[in-house]
Amino acid sequence: MSQQIDANGQLRHFLTTEGLPPDLLNRLLDTADSFTGVIDKSVKKVPLLRGRTVVNLFFEPSTRTRTTFELAAKRLSADVLNVDMGTTSVKGESLADMLHNLEAMQADLFVVRHADSGAANYIADRVDDSVAILNAGDGRHAHPTQAMLDALTIRRHKGRFEPLTVAIVGDILHSRVARSQIHALNGLATGEVRVIAPRTLLPEDIESLGVKVYYDPDEGLKDADVVIMLRLQRERMQGALLPSEGEYFKRYGLTRERLARAHPEAIVMHPGPINRGVEIESSVADGRQSVILEQVTNGIAIRMAVMSTVLGAYHDAGREAE
Amino acid sequence: MSRLRITGGRIIDPASGRDEHGDVLICQGVIESIGGQSDGDQAETIIDACGQIVCPGLIDLAARLGEPGSENKATIASESAAAVAGGITTLALPPDTSPAIDAPSVVELIRRRASDADAARVLPLGALTRGLEGELLADMAGLQRAGCPAVSDGGHAIPDSLVLQRALAYAATFAIPTLLSATDPDLDDGCLHDGPVATRLGLPTIPAAAETAGLGRTLAIAAGLEVPIHVGHLSARASLPVLRQARAGGGRVTADVAIHQLFFTQQDAAGFDANFHLRPPLRTTSDREALRRAVADGEIQVVCSDHTPQDADAKEGPFGRTQPGASGLDTLLPMVLRLVEEGVTDLLTALGTVTSAPAQVLGLSTGRLAPGAPADVCVLDPEGLGWCRTERLRSQGLNAPFLGWEMTGLVNATVVGGRVVYRRHEHA
Repeated sequence: MSQQIDANGQLRHFLTTEGLPPDLLNRLLDTADSFTGVIDKSVKKVPLLRGRTVVNLFFEPSTRTRTTFELAAKRLSADVLNVDMGTTSVKGESLADMLHNLEAMQADLFVVRHADSGAANYIADRVDDSVAILNAGDGRHAHPTQAMLDALTIRRHKGRFEPLTVAIVGDILHSRVARSQIHALNGLATGEVRVIAPRTLLPEDIESLGVKVYYDPDEGLKDADVVIMLRLQRERMQGALLPSEGEYFKRYGLTRERLARAHPEAIVMHPGPINRGVEIESSVADGRQSVILEQVTNGIAIRMAVMSTVLGAYHDAGREAE
Repeated sequence: MSRLRITGGRIIDPASGRDEHGDVLICQGVIESIGGQSDGDQAETIIDACGQIVCPGLIDLAARLGEPGSENKATIASESAAAVAGGITTLALPPDTSPAIDAPSVVELIRRRASDADAARVLPLGALTRGLEGELLADMAGLQRAGCPAVSDGGHAIPDSLVLQRALAYAATFAIPTLLSATDPDLDDGCLHDGPVATRLGLPTIPAAAETAGLGRTLAIAAGLEVPIHVGHLSARASLPVLRQARAGGGRVTADVAIHQLFFTQQDAAGFDANFHLRPPLRTTSDREALRRAVADGEIQVVCSDHTPQDADAKEGPFGRTQPGASGLDTLLPMVLRLVEEGVTDLLTALGTVTSAPAQVLGLSTGRLAPGAPADVCVLDPEGLGWCRTERLRSQGLNAPFLGWEMTGLVNATVVGGRVVYRRHEHA
């Protein structure tokens, strides 16, 4: 998608992990690694975005995600403004109008979360050249920073992606996280990406994204190096997609026995928040192989990396040092 | 009274298979004679059609015109002017207006607006059920008397099979042609084909099964009643065997396809471009090819624009929030001609899908060039080049999926009921 890469190959918006060149994906991970030191220090700030304004524009409430973006922006010394649009759906025209109003505030970066697929692309198409858009989740389409923090977590534990088998388990159909993970992992040349779900939770032709499909988790988890569990929304029982939470846990929930099918050193991930006893057993979520809390920490570093990259700050700072 | 002679053109009449050079003489709104040369009569008006094609004016089987109810998107005046500039002389207006065309008063309103607009003929299609709600029968006989040539579900498939059965039986009582959409309403709640593009974009889908299931149910009910029906706006290759089977069993069923289905696929929506938010959705290349073959073979008899003008607001916003539909009056004729250029079918068959075939579906005396027939004629330059650009669209709806395409075939004159309602040079 050239919409997010400018003529010089630089990341101008961050809308999706689809189609990003491998070196760009790796550079984001490297940049995030370099920020980890900052996060561990007692003064957790770098001046990269001093004087820049970041607006968190959330059309869909998500305190957790918004908080990590806010924290990331503040650690880069940016000014942060949170605009919660609540759950009321905003019609197209007023969405565009409102953006122009916000542009008038001379913000540099909008972090956008919206319930509709394509919302971030739509907004990116319509803002001034001086404004960058960072997709914090749009409908079922994409959640690229989540996918990148997952990739960072995997790289820290496993090193290279080429020899890895990654299994993504759960509601792929409704998951922007899964879609972005698949594109990021394939972009990073992961050996094999699998999706495991009942057919009602798998979109048509998911294979075309470059994954192997398994209906049977015992088969799909076999020798996996990374197991990513997705959150199951309770409303899925309503649309006749699943019989019950109990049935789902029995067939697809990650138990210790089931995890034993994976590689003994496999790591267990989850984008949160967890439904204990629905998609994952507590003893696994809190167990030795779980890296779920680490994902949260890595989320801040990744968001710092993406923000500083799209605003050109990291790039510029690197050049000055040369 | 007024006489009009169209001289020296290549006369193409799909209804009779005529393809020859000669004159068309029109007198008092009716075609008087065809072929031969000028006999020196004093025709009041002469249109020189040398090097041009003279064919019946087009009949668009599905064209939404904004009125009544969405005057902000288009009006009968704006759209019928756009129609005649595109060689279309008759517009069949589906009943999904606001209010729906379910009462003679609405028909009367539309007729008055069309008469004020003084361009194309506008034929309101009556609603099968009151308010198109699929529950109570509309006053079909009254609608017929008021001037509706046919009744239709207006793109809202009747969910209750018993109501559908009774609606078809009631319409058949008065021999009113019936136009139905081929969708299962329960499977119709999405915005893209159930395939890789929807999967990538994370958008809800309308599978091909929505069409085959809906079509199967509709054809079974029509077969049980032994009534003829017309099914509208096919999109799926899998629908064709369903049609074939119904016909093999003696079913009298005709079908149409929207012109954009013959040129685009799901891939065209891959960049979230709302102009490709269409209903039914664009499907695969193999669907498109099968639909093209079906048009060439006559399995699908009619090509329509399925014209749905939208204003800018309706196409603004994230893809799933935008209104479906394409603006198509400006592009129907050039794109039908392009089917010939691309070798899909021959000129007679292609023009037949937009003239004689829709006339037959609606039981009209237009759509053909024959002595005694109403003089609805299109004179077009088959070599004329144009571009589909927003500033050139005559329809008020700028939501044309063909934007950016080169179009071959320019209409030079359009005649409705013997009156020249459009001439290119005057409008240039």
